[in-house]
Amino acid sequence: MRQTLLVTINTASKHQYSQQGGETACSGWSLLSSPVEYAQEAVKKGSTAVGIRGKDIVVLGVEKKSVAKLQEERTVRKICALDEHVCMAFAGLTADARIVINRARVECQSHRLTVEDPVTVEYITRYIATLKQRYTQSNGRRPFGISALIVGFDYDGTPRLYQTDPSGTYHAWKANAIGRSAKTVREFLEKNYTDEAIAGDNEAIKLAIKALLEVVQSGGKNIELAVIRRNQPLKILESKEIETLVAEIEKEKEEEAEKKKQKKST
Amino acid sequence: MEYLIGIQGPDFVLVAADNVAASSIIQMKHDYDKMFKLSEKILMLCVGEAGDTVQFAEYIQKNVQLYKMRNGYELSPAAAANFTRKNLAEYLRSRTPYHVNLLLAGYDDTDGPGLYYMDYLSSLAKAPFAAHGYGRFILNLPSFTVRLIDKEGIHDLEKLTSGAK
Repeated sequence: MRQTLLVTINTASKHQYSQQGGETACSGWSLLSSPVEYAQEAVKKGSTAVGIRGKDIVVLGVEKKSVAKLQEERTVRKICALDEHVCMAFAGLTADARIVINRARVECQSHRLTVEDPVTVEYITRYIATLKQRYTQSNGRRPFGISALIVGFDYDGTPRLYQTDPSGTYHAWKANAIGRSAKTVREFLEKNYTDEAIAGDNEAIKLAIKALLEVVQSGGKNIELAVIRRNQPLKILESKEIETLVAEIEKEKEEEAEKKKQKKST
Repeated sequence: MEYLIGIQGPDFVLVAADNVAASSIIQMKHDYDKMFKLSEKILMLCVGEAGDTVQFAEYIQKNVQLYKMRNGYELSPAAAANFTRKNLAEYLRSRTPYHVNLLLAGYDDTDGPGLYYMDYLSSLAKAPFAAHGYGRFILNLPSFTVRLIDKEGIHDLEKLTSGAK
């Protein structure tokens, strides 16, 4: 009796997540043991997002999904400001993200109202994580199918990057990636996140682009980038700026390749 | 007695408020700022019951900011004024009405400058000039904070003082 009940619940969860994600007939989903795991699977199918903590800048980059022919290319913003000094990117179910983001925005203002101080990045991350956890332990509700990368500056000027996942845990990171191909991007970052690489603002931005270029198909057009500099509001980079940086990166790659060739020949 | 005044010009709004925070006959503070910045181009001036003023004004302030975060652009002065009035009206027939008198001054990029008069009975009127209270300079009220709103934003002007201290 208990066994059959488990199976029904699991297939229901599977259905809830796969329907939302636009998949037909739960294909590619094996039986998992808890709704949280289904939520985590949903995240793994979402488009990649990368976050980098620099010294005076924090960077968020996301893979832009290519739109259908007739669809208007109004940038579906996967990077959202929560307050003037905090923003987040997510991977997973967009509709779920809307809810979480809205609650976080209200909490940011509520915090300012009661405490007369802006939230710290850790506080708002903890709030979002607590919200997510509540949905893993309550009746009749399924967990939020998103992982979030939350970046910003605390009012003492320290840059921060946090990651949350559907289970409700959160950790601080120097650099991280979520979504499809997150593993590849994270490995790239583990190799390339050095003090040199984040020495300046531009370097940190380029690192984020390089990390995304590893997994994104056609280069600069499919990347959306946002930065927060200390004491400045969120800035979403225009596609021209991204193209320029991508061109610089390509140039640097060529120069590197040239140097290697020369070394080999001598 | 507290005093607020606003004057709308061709492409600006000029507002001033007195700086006294009094409790009966005692002046507790003479450098009190009664203006609340709702957004880059909207100021709300608020007088009335002690406590109610700050509570209500900050509540409106945070909600205007929330709108900006949610939608990516700021509320227009007209919308902010109507939002404020609606809140006052809702609380009016409750057990906890807010006894506040307000002036809301703002600059809309399409409609230009606007000044809105509101009172504790939640009336709302858009007017070229408006005031609350009795503002007898020097003898009763020693100094006024003055600000100007135009298409560039909110500017602080020189305080009006009697000079004597």
